[in-house]
Amino acid sequence: MRRLGVVAAIGAACWLASALANGDLIAAVAVPRYPLRIITLAGINIILAVSLNLINGFTGQFSIGHAGFMAIGAYGAAWLAVGFGPAFSQTLGFLPHAAVDALLVLACLAFGGLLAAIGGLAVGIPSLRLRGDYLAIVTLGFGEIIRVFILNIDAVGGARGYVGIPNLAGFGWVYFVAVLTVLLVRNIVHSSFGRTLLAVREDEIAAEAMGVNTTRAKVISFVISSTLAGVAGGLFAFYSMFLHTNSFTFIKSIEFIIMIVIGGLGSILGSIVGATLYIVLTEVLRVAAEFRMVAFSLLLVLIMIFRPQGLLGTLDFGRRRRDARKMVPAAGAGAEK
Amino acid sequence: MKRHAWSLACALIAVSTLSSCNGGGSGNGDEIVVGEFGSLTGTTATFGQSTHNGVMLATEQLNAAGGINGKKVRIIVEDDQSKPEEAATAVTKLINQDRVVALIGEVASSRSLAAAPIAQSNKVPMVSPSSTNPQVTAVGDYIFRVCFIDPFQGLVMAKFATNTLKMKKVAILYDVRNDYSIGLRNVFGEKFKEMGGQIVAEQSYSEGDSDFRAQLTALKATQPEAIFVPGYYTEVSTIARQAKDLGINAPLLGGDGWDSPKLFEIGGKAIEGSYMSNHNSMDDPNPVIQKFVTDYKAKHKIIPDALATLGYDAANVLFDAMKRAGSTEGPKVRDALAATKDFVGVTGTITIDKDRNPIKPAVVLQVKDGKFAYVETIAP
Amino acid sequence: MSTFLQQLVNGLSLGSIYALIALGYTMVYGILRLINFAHGDVYMVGAYVGYYASLYLRGDEPSFFRAAVVMLAAMIACAILGMLIERLAYRPVRQASKMTSLITAIGVSLLLENGGQLVFGPDPKFFPSLAPHYELSVGDVRLTSEQLTVFAVSFLVMAFLYVLVMKTKTGVAMRAVSFNLDAAKLMGVSTNQIIALTFALGSAFAAVAGVLIGMAIPKIDPLMGVMYGLKAFVAAVLGGIGNIPGALIGGLLIGLAETFVVAYISPTFRDAIAFATLIALLLFRPQGMLGAVVKEKV
Repeated sequence: MRRLGVVAAIGAACWLASALANGDLIAAVAVPRYPLRIITLAGINIILAVSLNLINGFTGQFSIGHAGFMAIGAYGAAWLAVGFGPAFSQTLGFLPHAAVDALLVLACLAFGGLLAAIGGLAVGIPSLRLRGDYLAIVTLGFGEIIRVFILNIDAVGGARGYVGIPNLAGFGWVYFVAVLTVLLVRNIVHSSFGRTLLAVREDEIAAEAMGVNTTRAKVISFVISSTLAGVAGGLFAFYSMFLHTNSFTFIKSIEFIIMIVIGGLGSILGSIVGATLYIVLTEVLRVAAEFRMVAFSLLLVLIMIFRPQGLLGTLDFGRRRRDARKMVPAAGAGAEK
Repeated sequence: MKRHAWSLACALIAVSTLSSCNGGGSGNGDEIVVGEFGSLTGTTATFGQSTHNGVMLATEQLNAAGGINGKKVRIIVEDDQSKPEEAATAVTKLINQDRVVALIGEVASSRSLAAAPIAQSNKVPMVSPSSTNPQVTAVGDYIFRVCFIDPFQGLVMAKFATNTLKMKKVAILYDVRNDYSIGLRNVFGEKFKEMGGQIVAEQSYSEGDSDFRAQLTALKATQPEAIFVPGYYTEVSTIARQAKDLGINAPLLGGDGWDSPKLFEIGGKAIEGSYMSNHNSMDDPNPVIQKFVTDYKAKHKIIPDALATLGYDAANVLFDAMKRAGSTEGPKVRDALAATKDFVGVTGTITIDKDRNPIKPAVVLQVKDGKFAYVETIAP
Repeated sequence: MSTFLQQLVNGLSLGSIYALIALGYTMVYGILRLINFAHGDVYMVGAYVGYYASLYLRGDEPSFFRAAVVMLAAMIACAILGMLIERLAYRPVRQASKMTSLITAIGVSLLLENGGQLVFGPDPKFFPSLAPHYELSVGDVRLTSEQLTVFAVSFLVMAFLYVLVMKTKTGVAMRAVSFNLDAAKLMGVSTNQIIALTFALGSAFAAVAGVLIGMAIPKIDPLMGVMYGLKAFVAAVLGGIGNIPGALIGGLLIGLAETFVVAYISPTFRDAIAFATLIALLLFRPQGMLGAVVKEKV
């Protein structure tokens, strides 16, 4: 916990520094632009992968609609920044420029996250009473419905795309939020609520029999997950300065699934590794772009057949190898007889 | 464990990212490096590949003729998988790692819009071959294009329908997910009504759809004299067939998104008699056009489509600007591009206006006997 | 009125395609309780096999004989593909958790889609005309021979499957496996063979749908299976998953619903209507129209 705190402190310092230097300090001093872009994108994807793992890996509910919540957060945060940013900056003009920007980002990310949370509630409540495969299709459907809905809102650009989003977030912010996310999810998983989630994952009926309100647990987990996805979406919007619904198709949702499966479904560290690996491999394999997706899908199938627990299995923060063995789900857990 | 896990993760990131950047190639002294980004894979892969063919043909011809002031041009092409955020990453890589002096791209306005801010802030001139959304060049003064914009093309067809075809009742079937289609539909509807016509009905579809019978049946009920279908050839050809199947005999009207040999292949008899607006006519005896068609056919065995032609022109406009600027420095090339006047391209004589869009006329073609036949020219 | 009738015809012909694909979903789900995500992509492969076969058999005049040969070729190819998928990807994870098999199915689906883009090229291809094209009009309502064929074929296939499952010994074995895999095994049913047969049949009929769509539309592309597959799945659930006549009814209903929503409400909701139907179904009547209510035993 203390070590994580140190890391978080470094992250906060990075963020502060980059905010003060308008986001470019890291770039100018340490890392050239292109690898920095990769690292930043990896950071955003880490937030998305870890949040998805909360609901898929730890609660055992298979959701393929994550891109939809990312989209809600992205468009929500962007809309607030474009619409009220200038007025906001003017009202708080007496504060130093960096502080105003920081507050604006916080406000917009919070707004995006809130919208995504509402979305998560709206999707979660009807869907989470469904079984595995049906839940997957329904969340997929909701993701697409959300996307088409946004596509038809002309105020945020519609099919043209949303232009003119201010570049408010860079590596510093992404790192900061990523660290926070990991801390948050880790603490949830290691709390008694986390045990509830694991119980729901292992055997829902037994958990219900033990007095666990499984629907409530699932919904809460889902909402937290979608909120984080929304915040990541907001960061994505401020980093890319341009949004188009084509970035939020179900293929994107599936990419997140690939990330957490490769890393290991029950492991936060696994999600971090999976997300990073995915982004980096995408760049490294730029030359063989057509083979990239074929390779990833083949990898997915092979991992499921030969190592379904993913690269890291249940190895995670604060868990030693011999403890990990106790956490392996029983073979055939949840399988229908 | 935690500490090890973190340092492991950091090391992993560091190693793999640093290994993926090979120090950046700024090219050797007697080479000009130009970046091209397009959708070589993904849902609109054919557009990116076609454009790429055009760009490469132009580059090869240029290099064979000695290059620019003695230096050969090398094109580095990056795939954006038909995704806007990938376009931004591709352009970042081209600018920061490959140190290109200029960019050619993209076909889709959404991807051009994603990449343009990056080009602009890095002062790298960008020439889009086929993005028609007016907002693209509005991003900044380093962004140019060689195609006409939606407002103009929509006007062309409205003028043609009113003045030449003397039609008063037209229906519209447009692609609701494609900003090109929406742009054309908006302008056509507005201008057609201004000129006294009536839009009797409007229906929409999504790109990728293959069944349009429901929409066509609804349109048929309003008995339009023509149906304006400003979409891509992939859907338009099927729409034409299904319209004929349903007994709709009104001609179809469209834009340059129709341009592809495949239009006739599938459209067959159903598309006969329909009209489209385009940059030029491939059977125009103009030697510039014919030479390009011959050269392209020799290399790729098929007649070039609009995208390949625009890719060719975009590349050539850029090369011409570099020659006139006498240098490859961003600001100088930018100024030369802005000063482009009466450049003879395959898609027409191009003069770049103050909004960095080309002023050039459009032609209206009709489908006759499985080919495009020239009907008339409409000037801006 | 004639517009309404025409839309009816449009909806039924669209629905027949969904029905053909839905049959495969419903059969596999009935046996294995697995949503074969890759089924829509098998349909796509069927269309492409048909495409290449018709190019190879290029003759001058369209003929029914050529159409039949192409369809047979596609059916055989997809039956083999379906069995391969089952054997290589699904059988190893049959004993594992539901999520594992689900992810595997998604992986196979992605593999087929991206592999298809790589092998066939991402641009749409256009089917050459295979069978002679006739047009019929009843008053103001128009119908093409392809539409009629699709409609007729889906009925025939459904009838064939129904007879197979209800009246033959193999059918009894299939039903036994769908009730309880282990018990069937104990009763001497060769479950692996039955499962392979189920996949083969389902895939073959998906191929039929693929070739028919190729003849009717005629545009095919590597991602065509995604939306059609999902909607066919909804159709299978609507009719009652595991129920064969249900798949046909479900398919027709979804086709009609989609057509009417597009025509009378808004085309933007074309895809959404299928998902909305699914969500409503699963909330209020998960067993679909003809399915049996299955109580969950602890």
